[in-house]
Amino acid sequence: MSAEAPSILAAVELRGLPRLTWGWTAVGLAFLAVALGIGVLVGPVRTSPGDVLLALLSALHVRGAPGLADPGQASILWSLRLPRVVLGAIVGGMLATAGAAYQGVFRNPLADPYLLGAAAGAELGATLAIAFLAAASPAFVNVVPVAAFVGATLAVGAAYVLGRTVTGSRNPTTLILAGVAIASFLNAVQIYVQQAQTNSFRQVYTWILGRLVTAGWDGVLLIAPYVALSLAVILAHRRLLDTLGVGDEEAASLGVSARRVRLVVVAAATLGTAAAVAIAGTIAFVGIVIPHTIRLLVGRSYRVVIPLSMLGGAAFLVLADAAARSVASPAEVPIGVITALVGAPFFVAVMRSTRAAAM
Amino acid sequence: MRKHLCATSAKLVAQTDRAWRRRRSHFVQLIGAAGVALLAACGTGATTIAPAASTTGFPLTIKGGNGVTITLAKRPSHIVSLSPTATEMLFAISAGSQVVAVDDQSNYPSSAPMTKLSGFQPNIEAITTYSPDLVGASDDSGGHVHGLSGANIPVLIEPAAKDLNGAYAEIQQLGMATGHEANANSVVQKMRSDVATVVASVRKPPRPLSVYHELDETHYSATSHTFIGQAYSLLGLRNIADNASGSVPDYPQLSAEFIVSANPDLIVLADTKCCHQDARTIAARPGWSAVAAVKRGEIVAADDDIASRWGPRFVDFLRLVGQHVAELERQASAPATSG
Repeated sequence: MSAEAPSILAAVELRGLPRLTWGWTAVGLAFLAVALGIGVLVGPVRTSPGDVLLALLSALHVRGAPGLADPGQASILWSLRLPRVVLGAIVGGMLATAGAAYQGVFRNPLADPYLLGAAAGAELGATLAIAFLAAASPAFVNVVPVAAFVGATLAVGAAYVLGRTVTGSRNPTTLILAGVAIASFLNAVQIYVQQAQTNSFRQVYTWILGRLVTAGWDGVLLIAPYVALSLAVILAHRRLLDTLGVGDEEAASLGVSARRVRLVVVAAATLGTAAAVAIAGTIAFVGIVIPHTIRLLVGRSYRVVIPLSMLGGAAFLVLADAAARSVASPAEVPIGVITALVGAPFFVAVMRSTRAAAM
Repeated sequence: MRKHLCATSAKLVAQTDRAWRRRRSHFVQLIGAAGVALLAACGTGATTIAPAASTTGFPLTIKGGNGVTITLAKRPSHIVSLSPTATEMLFAISAGSQVVAVDDQSNYPSSAPMTKLSGFQPNIEAITTYSPDLVGASDDSGGHVHGLSGANIPVLIEPAAKDLNGAYAEIQQLGMATGHEANANSVVQKMRSDVATVVASVRKPPRPLSVYHELDETHYSATSHTFIGQAYSLLGLRNIADNASGSVPDYPQLSAEFIVSANPDLIVLADTKCCHQDARTIAARPGWSAVAAVKRGEIVAADDDIASRWGPRFVDFLRLVGQHVAELERQASAPATSG
């Protein structure tokens, strides 16, 4: 069998994949815009679109803009609600994109951003920081996101090295198994530390459930550079992810090093996921449900799935957070509960309707 | 007869307490109103029963918060306490000399023999090495009652009290169980009169002042239906966590937005130890500078431990908050001097 045969087959298969259309881009952008609008307007404190506009103008020091009648409300909108909405969009977009990227890299529909131990590493890092550093001195309270970030990147790094050294093969399954092993090990250590330090139990638990609160604009600014870099790299590799989809050998015959693409995309997705998790905790489900919904609705090419997952994930998490802060208002519901509670039935509905349409 | 009635009411309390899911002392459990009312009656009436000799009254049969009857053949001399609140109560009623070991969270009083025993994950073997003749605990989440009963060690459950009367009843029951009934009664009487003094020292303003009670920096709070929350109702404060519609639990997580817009006059921090919060960190939170309590500096730094237990030191907490309330009311009633 010559090398051309798979190459031609692969090229033909790739040519048949759908491209991102302007129509779907517009739909994605509109969905995000609506979600942002709802996110800004919904909450324990009632606001009108005019209030939001005035709060924005006064916060940006626009000359001649009339101030909001109630300065307390302006402060709530600008300091509390807007950063939360923006953070939700960044984290949601990042997790959905990273999930799509992992699914492409590993050709595994169950892959999510936490597959290689990012969540377990972040949880252990945060637990150690809360139990030992933050408990020891108030100066270390801000160390928690840093520790989570370091934990996530170290865990995935360890999984990658382990996956390569154990067999040396190019099989992505080895990497997944290494990730599973690392995650289980780190989870065990995390639970041990948590049980031994009962004083910090609730803080750790709250962190793991995930939340978009308290950080303010600082949190947004802290993670924006990492997320921007990560998204840029993944977006740039969206065509190569399609190539990977036809198999490592076929990709090689098209002049693509599957191993190099895998390393770069995993590194980028891990960087972004670690940043998102560091601020927002381990919010589940977004990384799986959004890319698959896009696949079912629009098409399976990564040229479509990556950009639309970014928009869809951002919109979805903003809406989930709006629900989290208004369902039991003034009490909060953990956002992870909302993402799974709303996301799972929605996903099933999409799956059923698209299958019915296909038949 | 009275003893029987009290035991029955304690059982009633225990029965309404089935959904017990307490992980930390913050997550205190609801107790049925009927049981509390009956216990309140026990509390007041029991002050008349005061045997002087501490070794009399044994063997004794009492019913713990889990509804299980335990029998103490003689006055316990080797007590293990797995509950920080029970430890505080035991030492307050002068039963401290009978306590041989307390759990790793029982940090008060400092003379308590703290060990590595855990009240959350009790190791039954480790407990038996102290050869206890009574084990005190606040719940049976670790399943130790069954295990210790198998070793013929009685376990007395004193669950998180719903209100002061519940706490008084627990102190008196511990007094009975340790042969310090008279001391227990005088501790309860002292608490009653101290509470009355603090409450009397605070005038009720025409517009009730509002308060936000913080359990951690993610804005978990406590409503007035909790043990610690009754401090605010006693002082005539309006608790912003109560504003929720009916479905909200006793320990809701509030959103920062809601707290800032509720604009509380007073902020009580029960997270000074766990999370190192203080007036400075509160003022630095985004958007919080607009809150009345932050502007006036009316931020009370409470001791997390006192604010999460239902023991005799509740009076200290009440007094601390009372001082701030009195100060706020002085400011409010004083005529404006400038402008």
